[in-house]
Amino acid sequence: MIAEIGQFALILALVIGIVQGTLPLAGAALNRAQWVAVARPAARGQSLFVIIAFFCLMHAYVTSDFSVANVAQNSHTLKPMLYKVSGVWGNHEGSMVLWVAILALFGLAVAEFGTGLPPTLRARVLAIQGLIGVAFLAFILFTSNPFLRLDPAPLEGNGLNPILQDPGLAFHPPFLYLGYVGFSMAFSFAVAALIEGRVDPAWARWVRPWTLAAWCALTVGIALGSWWAYYELGWGGWWFWDPVENASFIPWLVGTALLHSAIVVEKRDALKSWTILLAILAFSMSLLGTFLVRSGVLTSVHAFASDPERGVFILGLLVFVIGGSLTLYAIRAPGLKGGGLFAPISREGALVLNNLLLTTGAAVVLLGTLYPLILDAFGGGKVSVGPPFFNATFVPLMVPVMLAAVVGAMLSWKRADIGAVLSRLKIAFYVALIGVGVTGWFAGSLHDMLAAGGIGIAAWLIVGSAVEIAERTALFKGPLSNSLRRAAGLPRSAWGMAIAHGALGIMVAGVTASSAWRVEKIQLMAPGDTITVSGYSLKFEGAKQIKGPNYHGERGIFTVTRDGKTITALTPEKREYPAERSQTTEAGILTMVSGDLYAVLGDKSTKQSKGGAAWSTRIYFNPLVAWIWVGAILMAGGGLVSLTDRRHRIGAPKTASKHNSTQPAEVGA
Amino acid sequence: MTRKQRRMNFIILGLLTLGVAVALVLTALKDKIVFFYSPTDVATKKEIPTNQQVRVGGLVKQGTWKKPTNGLVHKFTVTDLRHDISISYKGIIPDIFREGQGVVVLGKLQADGNFQTDEVLAKHDEKYMPPEVAEALKKSGKWKHTEDAK
Repeated sequence: MIAEIGQFALILALVIGIVQGTLPLAGAALNRAQWVAVARPAARGQSLFVIIAFFCLMHAYVTSDFSVANVAQNSHTLKPMLYKVSGVWGNHEGSMVLWVAILALFGLAVAEFGTGLPPTLRARVLAIQGLIGVAFLAFILFTSNPFLRLDPAPLEGNGLNPILQDPGLAFHPPFLYLGYVGFSMAFSFAVAALIEGRVDPAWARWVRPWTLAAWCALTVGIALGSWWAYYELGWGGWWFWDPVENASFIPWLVGTALLHSAIVVEKRDALKSWTILLAILAFSMSLLGTFLVRSGVLTSVHAFASDPERGVFILGLLVFVIGGSLTLYAIRAPGLKGGGLFAPISREGALVLNNLLLTTGAAVVLLGTLYPLILDAFGGGKVSVGPPFFNATFVPLMVPVMLAAVVGAMLSWKRADIGAVLSRLKIAFYVALIGVGVTGWFAGSLHDMLAAGGIGIAAWLIVGSAVEIAERTALFKGPLSNSLRRAAGLPRSAWGMAIAHGALGIMVAGVTASSAWRVEKIQLMAPGDTITVSGYSLKFEGAKQIKGPNYHGERGIFTVTRDGKTITALTPEKREYPAERSQTTEAGILTMVSGDLYAVLGDKSTKQSKGGAAWSTRIYFNPLVAWIWVGAILMAGGGLVSLTDRRHRIGAPKTASKHNSTQPAEVGA
Repeated sequence: MTRKQRRMNFIILGLLTLGVAVALVLTALKDKIVFFYSPTDVATKKEIPTNQQVRVGGLVKQGTWKKPTNGLVHKFTVTDLRHDISISYKGIIPDIFREGQGVVVLGKLQADGNFQTDEVLAKHDEKYMPPEVAEALKKSGKWKHTEDAK
C-alpha cells in the first residue's frame, strides 16, 4: 500500500511539475499575473509529493518490504539500520528519487525565501526548476521505477554490495547530489535571466550564495568519496582519475569558476554574460556526470551495473537541456550589456585568469574522460586514459591558478599596483622558496623536483593567505586589541576566502607528498615476521576468525613499533558477506600528521609455519595523506563562513526589488 | 581602456590558455594513453608493442587460476572463448576476482607471449561486465546474454 502511495505521489509530482513548468512561463510572457502566481503553490505541491515518495521508499527499506523489487534487490533484513536507510540511495532507482527530492527542496527554497525577487523572475526560475523536475520524474517513472512490486515477494533480499556498507559512503551520494542539484539553482536563474534579458548585481546576490552552498556540498561529497575509496578499496590511493570521479570533478571545477565570476557580477557589474554561460555549463556538467555514471558508457573501476536504455534517455535529456540553454544563450547573451571597466591588472583581471584556467582545466579533464569514447566512435581502437594523461595536462594548468590565487586576493578592484602587492607578499615568497629548497635538497630526481615545486606552492598558498589576513587586520603594526577589533569587523567573505585558499594549500601539500613519497611493500608474512616501512616496524601476530552482524572473516594483527616503543596495533580485515556472496577488504590505518601507516591483509597462502598460515600483506606509508581531506573539508568550511556574510543574510532580496523599480530593464540591441 | 581593448585582452589571454592546453593535450595523447586488446587481438596481430603498457581483457578461464603457494604471483588465463592469453600478476588479487568473470588487466606483453600485469581492475559490482570485454566476446561470437548486466 505504502509503495503505491509513493508511486502515485511521483505521478502527481510529475503532473504538477508540468503545470509549474509551463503556466508561469506563459504568464510571465503574456503578462497574466494569475498564471505567474501558479508558480509558488505548484513548487510547494511538487516538493510535497516528491518528499512523500521519498519517505515511502525509505519506509519500504526500513521495514524490509521485499514485495518491492528495488528493496528485494538491494536490501536484507540483517543489514544494520544505517545501511537500510542509506540503501535507499545506494542503488540507481533510489538515487534518482533522492535527486528529484533535493531538486524539489531547492525549488521550495526559492518559493519560500524568494519573496524579495521580482515576481516574474521568481516565476520563471520556478518554472525552469519545474521542467528539470518533470524530466527526471519522467525518467524515474518510465525507466527506473523504484516502486515496482514483486509477486511473489521473496522472503529475503539480495543485500547491498558490502563495500557500499560504510558510513563514509552512506553520506557521499546525498552531498554529491546536493552539489550537482544545487547548481540547478544557478542554471534556473541563468535561464530565467536570459528570458528576462537582464542581469544585475541583485541577480548575482541571489545566485552566488546558492552556488556557494552547492559548491560546499559538492566539495564535501567528493572528499567523502575519495576518503572512502582510500580506506575501503585497500589500494592505498585516493584519486584514480577514473571517469566516475572525473564526472564529479568537472562540475566542481566549473562551479569553482562560477563562484569566482559571480563575485565580479555582484561587486562590479561586469562579466555578466560569461557568468551566465558558466551557470549553464556547471549544471550541464552535473547532468553529464549523472549520465556518465548511470549509462555505463565508459569503463570505470567504479562502474555500476547499468542499462543502456536509461543512458539513451539521459543522453536525450542532456541534448535538450544543454542544447536548449546554449541556444537561448546564443540568442539572448549579446543583448546583455557589460558594466564596469577594469584594467588587466586588477582583482577582476585575476578572477578572469582564474576562470579561464579553471574552465580550460575542466575542458581538459572532460576531453580525457570522453577521449576513449570519441576514439572508439571513429574506429581508432579501444584506449583508456589514466593518471599519466591527467598529470601531464591538468596539473600544469592548475599551477598558475594557485600562484595567482594569493596575488589576486590582494589586488584592488578596477586597477591595481601589482608591484606593491608582490612586495607585501615577500614573506610568503621566501617561505615558499625555503620549502622548495629544503624538499629539493633531500631529493635528486626530476620527479622529486616537481614535488618540491608542489610543496612550494602549498607554502605560498598557506602563508600568502595568512599574510592577507594579517595585512587587513594590521597585525604586528599596532596594538593587538586593534587587530582583534579589525579581525572581528572583517567581512565574513574575506575570512571565507582566506580560509579556502589556505585550505587549498594544505590539500596541495597532502596531494604532493602522498603522490611523490609514498612507500609500498608487498610480501608474504608468516606470524612473527616483521617488516620495516618508513621507520615503523610492523610485526605480524597472525590472523584470527571474527564474526560481525552480517559478515564473518579474518582479522590480521600487526603490532606497530617505532624505536622499540609500541605505538598501536593495526587490524586489517578480510570479510565475507554470505548474503551478498562477496568479500571485502578492510584496511588497518594509523593516521598521523606526518602520514598514514596503511596495512592490508591479502590472501591466505597454503604455506604453513609454526605460528599458523602465512598471508600476503601490503603495507603503505602515505606521507601527509590526511591533509588532503582536512584541506578539502576546511575549503568547504571557508565556503560556509563566506555564506554567513552579512550581505547574504540581510538586505539582498530587498535591494533586488528596489533595484528593479528604479532601474529600467537593460535590454540592449 | 575601452571596452574593445578589454575584450581584445580577454581574447588574447583566452587563446593563449587554450593554446597551452592544446599543446599539453596533444603531447599527452601521443604517449600517455593505454590501448586495449582482446586475447584474439594478441594472438592474431603482430604489432602489439612489448615495451609499452597495454590493457587486455576477457573472461577468467574456469580452472586456470593458480594461487601462489609460496610467494605472491597469481597465474590465470584470460579468454575471449576463441583465444587465450596467460597472465601473471604479482600482488594481492582484488576481492571480486572470480573464475568465469570478466576482467581487465594492465601490464606489458612479454616476448614469450605471457602477459605480466601490475594491475587487475576490480569492479564494485560483480554483475558488471567491462564494455571492452563484452565487445571482445561479441566479436569472437561467443557472447551470451546470460552474462548481460541486469
